[in-house]
Amino acid sequence: MDLYPKQYLYRRVVRAKLYIDENFAGPIDLSSISDEACFSKFHFMRLFKEIYGRTPHQYLTHVRVEKAREYLAAGDTVAKACYSVGFDSISSFTGLFKRRVGVTPAIYQAEKLRIKDQVAEKPLGFVPNCFAEKKGWKKDSNFGEVKTIDAGERLSE
Amino acid sequence: MITKLNHVSIFVLNQDSAFDFYVNKLGFAVNTDAEMGPGKRWLTVNPPDQPELEISLMLIDDGMMFTSESAAAMRDLVNKGTFGFGVFQCDDLLATYEELTAKGVEFTKPPTKEFYGFEALFKDDSGNWFSLGQKK
Repeated sequence: MDLYPKQYLYRRVVRAKLYIDENFAGPIDLSSISDEACFSKFHFMRLFKEIYGRTPHQYLTHVRVEKAREYLAAGDTVAKACYSVGFDSISSFTGLFKRRVGVTPAIYQAEKLRIKDQVAEKPLGFVPNCFAEKKGWKKDSNFGEVKTIDAGERLSE
Repeated sequence: MITKLNHVSIFVLNQDSAFDFYVNKLGFAVNTDAEMGPGKRWLTVNPPDQPELEISLMLIDDGMMFTSESAAAMRDLVNKGTFGFGVFQCDDLLATYEELTAKGVEFTKPPTKEFYGFEALFKDDSGNWFSLGQKK
């Protein structure tokens, strides 16, 4: 029994959204997405935008860029990230990425890897001191990989 | 004058499982994931549109924060669903409810019109519960 009116419609649109989430790397076209939701294209697009504030195509692009950010932050090359999220051209990927994120994929990655290195090098710099003290994470605690860090060096401040 | 909240803690029973719940099911972003020595981890996540709020997924373990007895009592209370930690917001409650349900999130209250708004309640993998409301 439905919990609310038109629950079946919501379920179909959500199913299509999840389909995009899982198949973003492949050659998804609008027909396959609306087929997934068992809708006519027009009806599906209208409902999808009503719920998610983006057309299915805009949402697919959004997911691809977000996934690219994730892959770049994990250390994938720009080319690998580009192709892994379903883009065919590195130059168009780079242009789109820059328009959406504000910096090129290479610059975005460099910044993310810099922060990642800082976390590995000085993790206490990312933990508020009150929590660190409560946990016993202090200069003289058992941190094999952590060098001493003074309050003045805190990276998060 | 206090101007904002930037860190908040949720006590969890298992950080790997909490990571899966908050990141893979709720769709939160990982803010910081740092090894703090053998078996110790500082893990914070944030809702996608709120990067400045770090939610620390704090393991209930024996040590400086909890005595062994307190940790056991805390784990028991969390597991029993004693604690409600906050109210999350989404754009469309019905769609979010359907999506999270499809991902296996347990709701203790389906989307319901209340006098104060439209809300549902769900539990995390440890037993902590949250209200989920819709942006008006």
